[in-house]
This record gives sequence, C-alpha cells and structure tokens, in this order.
Amino acid sequence: MSIQVSMVINGQSVQKEIEERTLLVNFIRDHCRLTGTHIGCDTAQCGACTVHLNGRAIKSCSILAMQAQGGTITTIEGISTEDQLHPMQEAFKTHHGLQCGYCTPGMIMSAIDLVKNFPNPSKELIREQLDGNLCRCTGYHNIVVAIQEAAKVMNPTN
Amino acid sequence: MHPFSFHHTSNINESVSLKKENTDAKYLAGGQSLVGVLKLRLDQPTHLINLGLIPELSGISDEGNTLTIGAMTRHAEVAASSVVKNAIPGLAQLAGLIADRMVRNMGTIGGSVANNDPSADYPAGLLGLNATIVTNQREIKADDFFIGMFETALESSELIQSIRFTKPVKSAYAKFKHPASRYAVVGVFVAQLANEVRVAVTGAGSSVFRLPEYEAALTNNFSVSAIENIDVSSDDLNSDFFADSEYRAHLIKLMAMQAVTQAK
Repeated sequence: MSIQVSMVINGQSVQKEIEERTLLVNFIRDHCRLTGTHIGCDTAQCGACTVHLNGRAIKSCSILAMQAQGGTITTIEGISTEDQLHPMQEAFKTHHGLQCGYCTPGMIMSAIDLVKNFPNPSKELIREQLDGNLCRCTGYHNIVVAIQEAAKVMNPTN
Repeated sequence: MHPFSFHHTSNINESVSLKKENTDAKYLAGGQSLVGVLKLRLDQPTHLINLGLIPELSGISDEGNTLTIGAMTRHAEVAASSVVKNAIPGLAQLAGLIADRMVRNMGTIGGSVANNDPSADYPAGLLGLNATIVTNQREIKADDFFIGMFETALESSELIQSIRFTKPVKSAYAKFKHPASRYAVVGVFVAQLANEVRVAVTGAGSSVFRLPEYEAALTNNFSVSAIENIDVSSDDLNSDFFADSEYRAHLIKLMAMQAVTQAK
C-alpha cells in the first residue's frame, strides 16, 4: 500500500509516494536523503531526530510522515547558508558543545526552538527544557553554555 | 509497524463515518502514544484516521466562567497560553510538565484523555477540575469518564471534540516525575472550586482516582495543616521496581501538600 505525501522541507517542495507507515525520520533520511537528522534510540527518548514542523521542535521518529502532510519542515541542513552557520551552530563550535557529535543535530534543532520560546534562558531553565535530548558523552555543561551564548546573539536586546 | 491505510479527514462527521465503517480503525491525534504503540506492534489497526487537519478541533476559548480547550490543542499551546495561565494556572502548569518539549509540541489533550494512561497527567487535571468531556454525541463528566486502565466511557466511534472546565478559585498540580520516562510516579491535582475542594491522583493506581478524605479536610480548611496528619492507605496502589505502594502512598501526601501550597 502506498500514498502520496507532500510537504516543504528546507524551503523545497517535496512530493513522494510512500508507504503509509513511513516514519517522518525515515522519510527525511531515506526518501529525501537528508541524513543530518539522526536516529538514536528510535523510542522518543533521546531527541537525536529532532526537526521543526511548522516552526516547532518535534521528534521525527515519533510521528508518521503523513502527519506532516502539507506542513513545513526544517532540518539541521536548512538552518545555515553555504558560508554562514546559524548562531546556535557557531555557539556549539565556539564553546565545544559536542564530543562525538551524534546528538548535535537534535540538540541544535531543540535549542533553537528553546531560545525562540525563552529568549533569555537561565542555565537551570535550559537544563529543564532540554530534558528531551540526551548526550551519551554526557557533555551537557558546554551544551548549556553554548545555548546561553547563542541566545544572546539571537536576541541582542536581552 | 504493521501496515495500515491512512485517511486524512477535514471534518468531524467524515472522521466518525470512517470509524463506523471500519471497526478496527483508530483515530490518530498527536500520535505521541499511538505511534510508539504501533512501532512496538502492540496494536494492529487496519486504518488510521488523522484528526490533525481538522481546524475546529483546535483552540482555547474563555467564556467567562468556563474555559474550553479543543481536543487537538497541543500540550505546548496549553502550557504557554496566557488565557489558560490566567483562568486555570494549575492546568497550564500541568501541561508544561508533560513529557518533554518536543512531545508537548505534538501531543494533544484529547489524545491523552482518550488514551487514559494510568500515569498520564491530564486525567488528574480533568478529574480534579470536575471537567466535562464534550464528544460528537454527548457530554460526559470526568467522574463518569475515566473507567480504568486505558479504559474510558467512550463508545467505539465516539470522538472527543473539546474539554470544558469551570474556572476554579485556585488550583495546582504537583508531580513526582520518573526521571527517565518523565511520567508521573505520582501526580496530584488539587482544585478549590466554588463549593468544594477536589483532589485527583494519577500514577499511583490502575487509573486516576479521587481522595475523598483529603477533599473533605481541604473543603473544611484549605491549608497544608488540614492534611499533613492524614496518611494515605497503600491498599490497591501500584507497586513496581521504582516505587512500591508504601512509597507511592507517602508521595501522594507530599504531592498533595505541595499542590495546596502552590495553588493559585
């Protein structure tokens, strides 16, 4: 059984024929070949698969591609330009907010959504609001620092 | 996942008709429980009826004494809503404590209520606030709605449209989270209504339940001192690797005291 699905991913219209049971993360990775979005636990625990659906961070392993029908998706590949990283990516780089890097795309997509909702977050608030993302290198200290610094760049009036 | 047919629907009648035609179909709200269940092959519906594209099922409206929340309203919307924060602070607080931010951006109040997970947060809020569940067929009081573990009064094709709350004088939700799953080991919702206080407990039993002894004591005197010497019986409470029934009974008292202190 297959069905038509269409959505906008990183500004590009995408229309494909898929199996109904295709998860959004598999659609993004296997059908659209955007492999920056990772599959970590595949059970909605780790947040490595975080993308934005209509501007809000969601776990793409926990929704069907069909649930994004007509929606707008942004993945890690869609936040920077060719020569300019997103301020959140810059901050992770500057503050060494990654070790093995596997959780990083999800961390960054989640963090951008976090800063949009909490423009001037405290360290405690970042830790609380980041509880849907796991870093198995346990490198949380620098991730929290990076998010706080990125918030200052993203919201210069803070 | 087992294969299924997927149906987009654009209005309530279309969804209900499809459900009536296919007895092993399931409604799909945010999918934050159902998609996980399907991935584990714990269920095998042959049809999924998507409610995500029905605008009339979403939204929050303040009608003076009452507040109505559409079934497909996401937890994150309820948590961030200034209307909810103002009308029922305890409900906004509860929504902000569900799972994590990404799950809150997808999960819906109607889906949570229809699923009636014994550790879910919303059932405590609805039962504590004496809410009304509005379906395509009728209105059901929360006291009559939550029947047992994953069991509700909903008939097979019945669809929740919205939840209606009468605004309380004060309310709060206190939750002792499981640190990994973020489900409630024990969650207690306390609501001071016009004529009574209601106390609803989730996570501790096979389904959400009320605590009549605490309700009577708090109706008489809405303060921590009214309940601090009343122990909760551990009979019939859940016992598992993380928390035995004695511990849960103790947590119920602590969470109730915390909710009374925080109520506003």
